[in-house]
Amino acid sequence: MDGKIITVALVGNPNCGKTTVLNQLAHAHEAVGNYPRVTVAPREYKISHGDWTIRLVDLPGIYSLSSKSPEERAGRDFILFKRPDVIVNILDAGNLDRSLFLTTQLIEMELPRVHVLNMADEARRKGIVIDRAALVSMLGGPVVETVATSGEGLATVLDLAIQQAGAAHQHHVSVGYDIHLEQAIERVGTIVKDLHPAELTPRQCRWLAIKLLEGDEEILTREGEHSELIEQVNEERRQFSRHHGEKCEHAMAAGRYGFIRGLLMEARTIPDSVDAGGVAIDDVLLHRLAGLPILLGLMWLMFEATFQLGGVPADWIKSGVDLVSGALRSLLPESMVRDLVLDGVLAGIGGTIVFLPNVVILFFFLALFSETGYLARAAFLLDRVMHLFGLHGKALIPLIMGYGCNVPAIMATRTIESERSRVITAMVTPFMCCSARLPLLMLFAGAFFGAQAGTMVFIMYMLSIVTALGSAVLLSKTILRAKSEPFVMELPPYRLPTLHAVLFHMWENATGFLQKVGSVILVGSIVIWFLQAFPRDVDYSRDYDAARVEAGQIQDEAERADAIGKLALAENGEKLEKSYLGRVGIAVSPLFRPLGFGWKDTVAIMTGVVAKEAVVASYAVLYAEGKESEGLQRAIAASMPPLQAFAFMVFVLLYLPCLSTMGALRREAGGWAWAGLSVVYSLGLAWGLAFIIVAAGGVLP
Amino acid sequence: MGYSEDSGTGNERGMTLADLRPGQKGQVLRLPDEAIGNSLAALGLVRGAVVALGRKAPLGDPRIYSLLGYQLSLREAEARLVGIEIC
Repeated sequence: MDGKIITVALVGNPNCGKTTVLNQLAHAHEAVGNYPRVTVAPREYKISHGDWTIRLVDLPGIYSLSSKSPEERAGRDFILFKRPDVIVNILDAGNLDRSLFLTTQLIEMELPRVHVLNMADEARRKGIVIDRAALVSMLGGPVVETVATSGEGLATVLDLAIQQAGAAHQHHVSVGYDIHLEQAIERVGTIVKDLHPAELTPRQCRWLAIKLLEGDEEILTREGEHSELIEQVNEERRQFSRHHGEKCEHAMAAGRYGFIRGLLMEARTIPDSVDAGGVAIDDVLLHRLAGLPILLGLMWLMFEATFQLGGVPADWIKSGVDLVSGALRSLLPESMVRDLVLDGVLAGIGGTIVFLPNVVILFFFLALFSETGYLARAAFLLDRVMHLFGLHGKALIPLIMGYGCNVPAIMATRTIESERSRVITAMVTPFMCCSARLPLLMLFAGAFFGAQAGTMVFIMYMLSIVTALGSAVLLSKTILRAKSEPFVMELPPYRLPTLHAVLFHMWENATGFLQKVGSVILVGSIVIWFLQAFPRDVDYSRDYDAARVEAGQIQDEAERADAIGKLALAENGEKLEKSYLGRVGIAVSPLFRPLGFGWKDTVAIMTGVVAKEAVVASYAVLYAEGKESEGLQRAIAASMPPLQAFAFMVFVLLYLPCLSTMGALRREAGGWAWAGLSVVYSLGLAWGLAFIIVAAGGVLP
Repeated sequence: MGYSEDSGTGNERGMTLADLRPGQKGQVLRLPDEAIGNSLAALGLVRGAVVALGRKAPLGDPRIYSLLGYQLSLREAEARLVGIEIC
């Protein structure tokens, strides 16, 4: 070994407790560094154990090492090209029959391994007894029983990993196949050996031959220059499927499962009837009639808790930020820097961390659902409906969350494994009418539609989900077109989540949220602040200072305060009108003239980019009326006919995700291109629909 | 890709996983040639494997199958691709 650093890759199926193992290892030991996950790239932790520094690399949870999905490819490439010193293969002790499939592939890749039989307590409870010594000799590497949730056995895993990394001699085992397959492997292996003399060990030749015969596209491409080899492989594959009536790779998989069956027959005793896990619970939760209502109830609970419960600390944060802001305002001398710090930076950060309680509570529920195994069941229950719209069963949760706030909703798309479904869901979530849009909708509905205001708002809510689902269909038929992925999903047994796992999940997501989303909204708020605050010296149409002095003469106290307040609002309104933002708004307002929106509407719309709540605040400034005053309602009611107002509501409902949402979208969909597309698409759609409404309304009497 | 000699479409003849009734067991005979076949094989749906239908979702689809001591959910469209015989 060079030095005292080794790289250990954690490999295992989804739901095998790999994350828990990782968290326990990373936290029970002194963590030297922590690099949060970036999309598909493996997550890495450095820990110290004795004199050793161990780089723990967490590979995505996978069932197989083919080159099909991005996760499988990432896992395989890491093992092939980064050559970790040791592989720690985490297995579900209660379900070795399937977990060992991945192991059969690792065996053939010939790296030192430590086999971890995790959730050993659960297996013991089921009455499963494992002959560890037998497993060791048949798997060709040490075997440890662990209970990751309690930390049992984990120190041994590290000891063994270090020991394996340093071991001079590996005990090799082979997975044996059907005689015809073995002969084909032998023939192809010989050609491989001749083509790469002295480069590859016999075992590496065998691995390559197996992969070629399995029709692994990546390996076939890599060996593409050796036409003789490729021809032989194709011929072997053809011959095999002709004689056996099944494809080579399927027979290989059957061979691996045969190997596992033989191995477990010797090394495991299992009671005759083992409960596959929670059939009784499923009888209730997946009940034909009660299943869906229970799911809706739980989602309602999650929604209420996220936004009602989360609203309380959110208010504290808001007042805390106001307090700091107020203190700084009185402490710092009046200057441009002060305005930048308070109205740009602090407003931006405050606007972001206000979402933190929502995000934390949401992820508490999501962690609970996924740790217990209910999330997979929810997807199972809803898949039929969501499939109609080109979405995965798991997509409904983010969409419903979107009614509260799009930011945590888009983060919730993380639970969808398939890249394509995840991107589609993230892209359509911003159409869900978040609570920040509600004040504006209520203002307009109240101003124009009086008694029908409630109905109008309800129509907007319906329109938002229709638009989201419609857009999902559109995306899945156009740019994200692909054969819809199959819905092949394991239903893990029900498990009691540990507090530690749930807290870790929350912590990781909360910090990720603050880092990534915070930076986007921060920059954006500074830009908008700049546009609003400059130029500094506005050429006012009247002398506000003189007017204030005059207003100060008014006898009646209430009247005087009112007049002074009105003056301040009017001054601010004029300042906004003449700021860069106002000028841009006036400049682009011709684009909105066909919809019947004036320049004030344009400016208000633009400020909504930072946060949708800002639209109402801008109206208050622009019309020089209080935010919740009747005056504002009256002023707006006088500004356009009801038809235009309806079009405007539709426009505001659908146009542009706010900055935080764009940040979340970039992070979850994986790139600015998606955020950009979302901007263009939603603007286009909002404009188009508003135009149709205005045009259609113009034709009708 | 490329060999279609006798694989046929394979679905119109014989039973498939989609034909199982809740509680009924079948033994896998055939996997589809498409990429999905490999994923299913990796999950244990190989020739000879014994699979039982657990239950269907309230709206009829997808379904839960049990094999190798665990539960796997598939849509009817995928289940239809796996040829079986009742056992």
